[in-house]
Amino acid sequence: MIELIEVNKTFNGRTVLKNLSVSIQTGETFVVIGMSGTGKTVTLKNISGLMDPDSGQVIIDGMKMNNSSGSIRKKLREKMGVVFQSGALLNWLTVGENVALPLVERRVLTGEEISRQVEEKLKLLHLYEAMDRMPSEISGGMKKRVCLARVLVRNPEIILYDEPTSGLDPVMSTVINELIRRMQREFGVTSVVVTHDMESAYFLADRIAVLHNGEIIQCDTPEGIRNSVNPTVQQFIRGEIKGPIDVD
Amino acid sequence: MKKWIEEQLAIAGRYFISTLEFSGFTVILLLKTLYYTKNFIQKRHEIARQMFNAGVRTFPVLSIVALFTGMVLSLQLGIEMKYYGQEKYLGQAVIATLTREMGPFTAAIILIASVGAAMAAEVGTMKVSEEIDALEIMSISPVKFLVMPRVIALALVMPIATVYINFMGVLGAAVVANSHVNVSFDVFYFYTLQGMHFKAVYVGLLKSFVFGLCISSISCAHGLKADNGAIGVGHATRDSVVASFITVLIVGYYITEIFFRHGL
Repeated sequence: MIELIEVNKTFNGRTVLKNLSVSIQTGETFVVIGMSGTGKTVTLKNISGLMDPDSGQVIIDGMKMNNSSGSIRKKLREKMGVVFQSGALLNWLTVGENVALPLVERRVLTGEEISRQVEEKLKLLHLYEAMDRMPSEISGGMKKRVCLARVLVRNPEIILYDEPTSGLDPVMSTVINELIRRMQREFGVTSVVVTHDMESAYFLADRIAVLHNGEIIQCDTPEGIRNSVNPTVQQFIRGEIKGPIDVD
Repeated sequence: MKKWIEEQLAIAGRYFISTLEFSGFTVILLLKTLYYTKNFIQKRHEIARQMFNAGVRTFPVLSIVALFTGMVLSLQLGIEMKYYGQEKYLGQAVIATLTREMGPFTAAIILIASVGAAMAAEVGTMKVSEEIDALEIMSISPVKFLVMPRVIALALVMPIATVYINFMGVLGAAVVANSHVNVSFDVFYFYTLQGMHFKAVYVGLLKSFVFGLCISSISCAHGLKADNGAIGVGHATRDSVVASFITVLIVGYYITEIFFRHGL
């Protein structure tokens, strides 16, 4: 279970997260939506321990992540994977080597076993043909899928997705969304998905949290969000220019 | 006026504290790097790749700079020594200058400008494009994976580059000594050997090894602290070059002070 308790984060005097509290159940797919700059990625970074909140707590499976020692942080990260918005691939390694990296560095499996697992994940994400290509030779969408393959190869219990379908064509978006759902159904993976894509949000979510000005203004099932009476939520999900959200 | 003075003092104080913090970060980074040298064998291919980048690719530049450094040194010293009729000692003066100071310092300058700057830019780009974050999430230490191979590679390449600069410098100096100062190759060679003191050579090599550690750890530290996209990477690169120059000068002086306080 992931718990954020009264998390606050400020950058240069600008409050990005304001007393954010939420509990994400094990095996749940929790989607965070909201305008750009409302603190969605910051929330993910706080959960992954890449950033510590100014105040408040981030608890993962009963262990405190924020301001924890290196060994606790490492232990918690062992069960966690992050799909970065940019893909975050190492540009001097091939696609295959990027996916194999966490296994190679862990030095537990044999070379043969690593190759088998890498091939399996690349096939799963329709990337097998690109195995020997460099990151600079593949598209942005492919980079994102390679990043997902690199996460899946570690079999994490928690996966954090930062805009997993942005920049993907509709067919690949569906492939990724199906895969996220499959990870939950078959392996009980807990997923936190940050997205702007409402179609994906409705398809994936057990619950959706709407983040606005660093606060969760509504957290509900997809149905509950669809039928929300909150004008800010309605404006966002319908993509309307006029409403309480100041687009200027 | 009082407010203005307070503001300036606050700016100076903030700058001093941030510089101190960054220095501490760099020293800790270097210590962590030294700790991870236990993974030297595991990372040997990456170290070799970095040595190739740092060494082989900069050798054309090193050759030209070293050759002309020796030629200039020979010409300037030769003119002065000829005035006193002491030009036969030109080889001795050139080799002493090169092995003690010019060799390590020239190697440092070239490698700061080429390898150190590239290192800061590369690590900085990785930082702003979330690649370092990705490594941390995968429980891969960026120090072990990125910094250690680069620091060790540069520390090993620097003494080799220094020996090469010394050799090329003497070669250039010998040619100018022969053509412009009328010192024969035999005489130049004889006095070069006379002036080559073991202590000067090993202190020069030690100095270049330490320079290598300093330049690479400073460059990586600046890269790891980069933020704010391409502008941040640019600032990190510039700051790493400036900090490396200053550090090389200060460290170079203190190594000289420690080893040559009582002469050769």
